[in-house]
Amino acid sequence: MQRRELLGSLLAGGSLAAIGACTSLPSRPKAGRVIVVGGGYGGATAAKYLRLFSDQTLDVVLIEPQPAFISSPLSNRVIGGQMQLSQLTVSYDGLRHEHGVHVLRDRVTAIAVDRQVVSLASGKILHYDKLVLSPGIEPMLDTIPGLAEGQASGRILQAWSAGSETVALRRQLQAMPDGGVFVITIPESPYRCPPAPYERASLVAAYCKQFKPRSKVLVLDANQDVIAMGALFKKAWSELYAGLLEYRNHYVLTGVDAGSLTAHFDVADDVRADVLNVMAPVRAGRLAVESGLATINERWCEVDFLTFESTLAANVHIVGDSIHAAPAMPKSGFMANAHAKVAAAAIAAQLSGQSLNAEPKLANTCYSFVSQSEAIHSAAVYRYVSDAKTFKPIQGAGGVSQARSTLEAQYADAWAHNIWADMLA
Amino acid sequence: MIRGTWLVVVALLCAGIVRNACGEDELDAGPPLSVQAVRALAASCAGCHGTNGHVVEGSKVPGIAGLSRDYFAAQMSAYRSGTIPSTVMQQIAKGYDARETAALGAYFAAQR
Repeated sequence: MQRRELLGSLLAGGSLAAIGACTSLPSRPKAGRVIVVGGGYGGATAAKYLRLFSDQTLDVVLIEPQPAFISSPLSNRVIGGQMQLSQLTVSYDGLRHEHGVHVLRDRVTAIAVDRQVVSLASGKILHYDKLVLSPGIEPMLDTIPGLAEGQASGRILQAWSAGSETVALRRQLQAMPDGGVFVITIPESPYRCPPAPYERASLVAAYCKQFKPRSKVLVLDANQDVIAMGALFKKAWSELYAGLLEYRNHYVLTGVDAGSLTAHFDVADDVRADVLNVMAPVRAGRLAVESGLATINERWCEVDFLTFESTLAANVHIVGDSIHAAPAMPKSGFMANAHAKVAAAAIAAQLSGQSLNAEPKLANTCYSFVSQSEAIHSAAVYRYVSDAKTFKPIQGAGGVSQARSTLEAQYADAWAHNIWADMLA
Repeated sequence: MIRGTWLVVVALLCAGIVRNACGEDELDAGPPLSVQAVRALAASCAGCHGTNGHVVEGSKVPGIAGLSRDYFAAQMSAYRSGTIPSTVMQQIAKGYDARETAALGAYFAAQR
């Protein structure tokens, strides 16, 4: 029997003492068990900070089907050719060995909120005192006729989340002839990481400028305008990629044809592509939707922002891109990391009978590359406003870059490595 | 070790030493922040500056663990007023008031 299977069986049996013995954890009295579902920016942070904020008294189980964490932030640099996926990949061993988190490579198939148990693909059933869901997003393939077929055949990629699709999109770009048309379609806001499609377009254009200068990058946006750092992106595009990158607004995608790589729009004429990167509308991750927790516009999960507890299910806390975010709060990895810390602090307080932090604060900085060596940022600080029961940006704080710079590109790289360590080391 | 850190923070807050370390900033009214509140506040810095202010080796973003309280408060004040140039910190620092900055300075000073 594998060590992981043994651990899983013990967990399923609820034998906490045996787990402690099995994994050499200190045999302290347990203040409760928290199961964290999803090992991305939100879930990994929650797992670590639940241990830190409970002074290692909470039993924390992280359930994630992937063998290692892969960062979506910075993954546009893989498409552009500056980084390899392996450089965005971090092991879960730090959570295991430095923080005593039980990391199970498994998948949650169902949640019974009334009995406080989750069912796993392996057949195990685990009880929780608190559940943290960080399920990320799921593309709504069915909303675009033809997209599911395009996705299944590998002809039309999305690459919303870093992984094999990211590498496949890189290969499509490399295989595109000089003079080809690379089309990126952008859904209406909200979606994961507001600047991500514009950063991707910039880095694809940077690649084309160097290797395929007769090509064209067409950015077809369903929104009225560039929704994040618009002036900075447009300045970079006009100064660096004039005649190569073209931005068009009000392009609402209504269908695709995978055979001819044609995109159809509600008003505008059809567009033929050599590479068609459809960033489809997204909603909360499948588990949240199937559990009936994503009820805002049937897409997002509503939470109490003081604790990030679901308004629909007691003892279920939801963090990251899947929540219906507070106004002016982007769906970002950084915000997921920040949500998770508020949730972890609230859970540690609730399970030990302490009072909640009445004034949590969140900070966010989103870096975006506009070329191979230059980046820009958008920053904000949020405070919880008890009257409105939500987070609001602090007036006078936050803002965007004065200009793109190589210094900010260095900060972007440092930010990534520091936040990965904050989550996983 | 960790418990010792909290005792230092609590002692500083109780003794009012933290409040006197704020330099030119005016202090906001209100009771001292709880240990849990300061720890949560410090976690909001960790997304860029690492857990408890410890950055990875070679990081272009500086670590803030072990900075003196006075230096921390002076830097935050300078970021707020714009007297030292920065890309991001001039925007972030304005989101933290003098009471929070003083508590954060004590917290990070106690990190080793």
